[in-house]
Amino acid sequence: MLPAYASLPEKAWFWLFRIFNVLVLLFLVSPLFAIVPLSFSADSFLVYPIRAFSLRWYEAFLTDGEWTRALMNSFIVAPAATLIATVLGTLASVGLASREFPAKSLLMGILVSPMVVPVVIVGVGAYLFFAPLGLTGSYLGLVLVHAALGVPFVVITVSATLAGFNTNLIRASASMGAGPLTTFMKVVMPLVAPGIISGALFAFATSFDEVVVTLFLAAPEQMTLPRQMFGGIKENISPAIAAAATILILFSVALLLTLEWLRGRAERMRTRKA
Amino acid sequence: MSETQSGDALVSFRGVQKSYDGESLIVKHLDLDIRRGEFLTLLGPSGSGKTTCLMMLAGFETPSHGEIWLDGKLLNRVPPHKRDIGMVFQNYALFPHMTVGENLAYPLKLRKLSAGEIAERVKKALGMVRLDALAHRYPGQLSGGQQQRVALARALVFEPKLVLMDEPLGALDKQLREHMQLEIKHIHERLGVTVVYVTHDQSEALTMSDRVAVFKDGIIQQIDTPNALYEAPSNAFVASFIGENNRLDGEVVSVDGEQCSVRLGDGSLVRAQRAGAEAARPTAMSIRPERVRLGALAAPCETRLSARLIEQIYLGDHVRLRLALGPTQGFMVKVPISDVDTAWQAGQTLDVGWMVKDLRALAPQDA
Ligand SMILES: Nc1ncnc2c1ncn2[C@@H]1O[C@H](COP(=O)(O)OP(=O)(O)O)[C@@H](O)[C@H]1O
Ligand SMILES: [Mg+2]
Repeated sequence: MLPAYASLPEKAWFWLFRIFNVLVLLFLVSPLFAIVPLSFSADSFLVYPIRAFSLRWYEAFLTDGEWTRALMNSFIVAPAATLIATVLGTLASVGLASREFPAKSLLMGILVSPMVVPVVIVGVGAYLFFAPLGLTGSYLGLVLVHAALGVPFVVITVSATLAGFNTNLIRASASMGAGPLTTFMKVVMPLVAPGIISGALFAFATSFDEVVVTLFLAAPEQMTLPRQMFGGIKENISPAIAAAATILILFSVALLLTLEWLRGRAERMRTRKA
Repeated sequence: MSETQSGDALVSFRGVQKSYDGESLIVKHLDLDIRRGEFLTLLGPSGSGKTTCLMMLAGFETPSHGEIWLDGKLLNRVPPHKRDIGMVFQNYALFPHMTVGENLAYPLKLRKLSAGEIAERVKKALGMVRLDALAHRYPGQLSGGQQQRVALARALVFEPKLVLMDEPLGALDKQLREHMQLEIKHIHERLGVTVVYVTHDQSEALTMSDRVAVFKDGIIQQIDTPNALYEAPSNAFVASFIGENNRLDGEVVSVDGEQCSVRLGDGSLVRAQRAGAEAARPTAMSIRPERVRLGALAAPCETRLSARLIEQIYLGDHVRLRLALGPTQGFMVKVPISDVDTAWQAGQTLDVGWMVKDLRALAPQDA
């Protein structure tokens, strides 16, 4: 709060600063505010002003075979990619955190490169590499590339958590007779769980809204929700897209809150205080 | 028992060397036998290689050269978790996500003891460090001293052959530290476990240990009982590192048996106990401040000189006096309060005396 002795410029700054913060937040979420009301429009076009409200586009979304298949596909591909990315990314971070690991920064660079390289290049590359192997137009191919795109997030968050890790805990565990695997499961995992959870969340989100690679790799059977929306916009701009978007937003918020709650719990475990 | 270890040695270092970078040796040459049941302290200034020695024994560092034996087994190829060595770390290394009770149960669960026995042993160990009421707290909810005791209990609860402690009291305040020194010493006496303790605090080493190994630059300078280290340091470094010490430099003129004559910088001759000094060579002589007599009390002493009093510092039970003796400006003398003459004044010249056996002529060494 503002102290009693604040001068006029201090008071002015105090309020300006707050107004500015609110504007920044609005800027970040305004695209969401734009799309949500349109999903409740009775109109057949994505336009303001809304003349009548209805749930017809939700009905259309949930009864249309293409949309429901896309929804299903997203819920197959994203969790599978997340699982692979989380396991591999966590293991890589633990390895990279060890003191005597050779060529650490080179490997780190390779591991996070999918995040830096333009996704189009990843898409083309994956297509050219997978085509002779028969992996284009398959769930496996899509899951593998999405996992690769998710790994950098896991590596970065888990490495950050491990950077503050007291390695004497590992030594203490070993001195009491625990082998490396037991030490990892009983000591390292519970303590880096907040990093693993955050990384998994980012990996999931990456796969869940990925369009470009999916454009290259997915056959119609593997259409994911974002890919379906993308196609929908090009062909017929139906407000069913707005309904799909609203459902995605709700789901993402729920996911974020759940994982944040989990992460907070794990974080408290890590630094348990009175 | 292996041929390479003598009967009562639990741990033996044989020609151990350690280099981290392949160039400079952090541990230059270590031959050390640690006896079963003893409390051995590695004492030395920071950077002298104490932790490195401990880590090699625990298995977290590998010797570049040489062998380490534990109870007749060559340790070099045994991983840390198969060595059965308890460890106490400076910052305790308690698992923050487990309660005190779970921390103590951890090594017991790994040994697949029954739930009943685990509960029993955890209770006993907590009783030993007087923390019975705190089994359900998390480490973050304890004070530094309490965490320290949990760490101690955890290192002992699985009854290892050997317990290593690396500056375990370094983070505590002075009063608590002195209290814990005695507590650890008593626990050691009660359990009879072998302890290797690392510290850079000489009074801690003297208080707790059966034997102390004094380290400097990766070499053991002297390994002895606290008493012998203090009363008979074998070189100038040990003399100055353990307790307070006055140093007088000179050259040995003649040697006869246990004693020798030494010419001081100002030309005067004194007799000293020979402890490493050689004829016609420079020597660093050492005498403890409390072994010097002043004024009338110097009269019966074997060696008598005179010195100018520079200042007196009153410390309640004793007075410290700084004198100029020949070229030495900082010659310290400790006099019990009952022996202090109130007539002493700064600037005054006083008689200074000591017994020959208390002035030890050592091989010189840069300390
Ligand atoms: N893991 C390491 N890698 C490289 N140098 C090290 C390592 N550990 C210690 N050293 C070096 O070895 C020397 C002795 O360290 P240490 O054994 O910790 O001494 P002490 O415990 O007596 O203070 C120091 O100069 C330190 O910098
Ligand atoms: Mg150290």
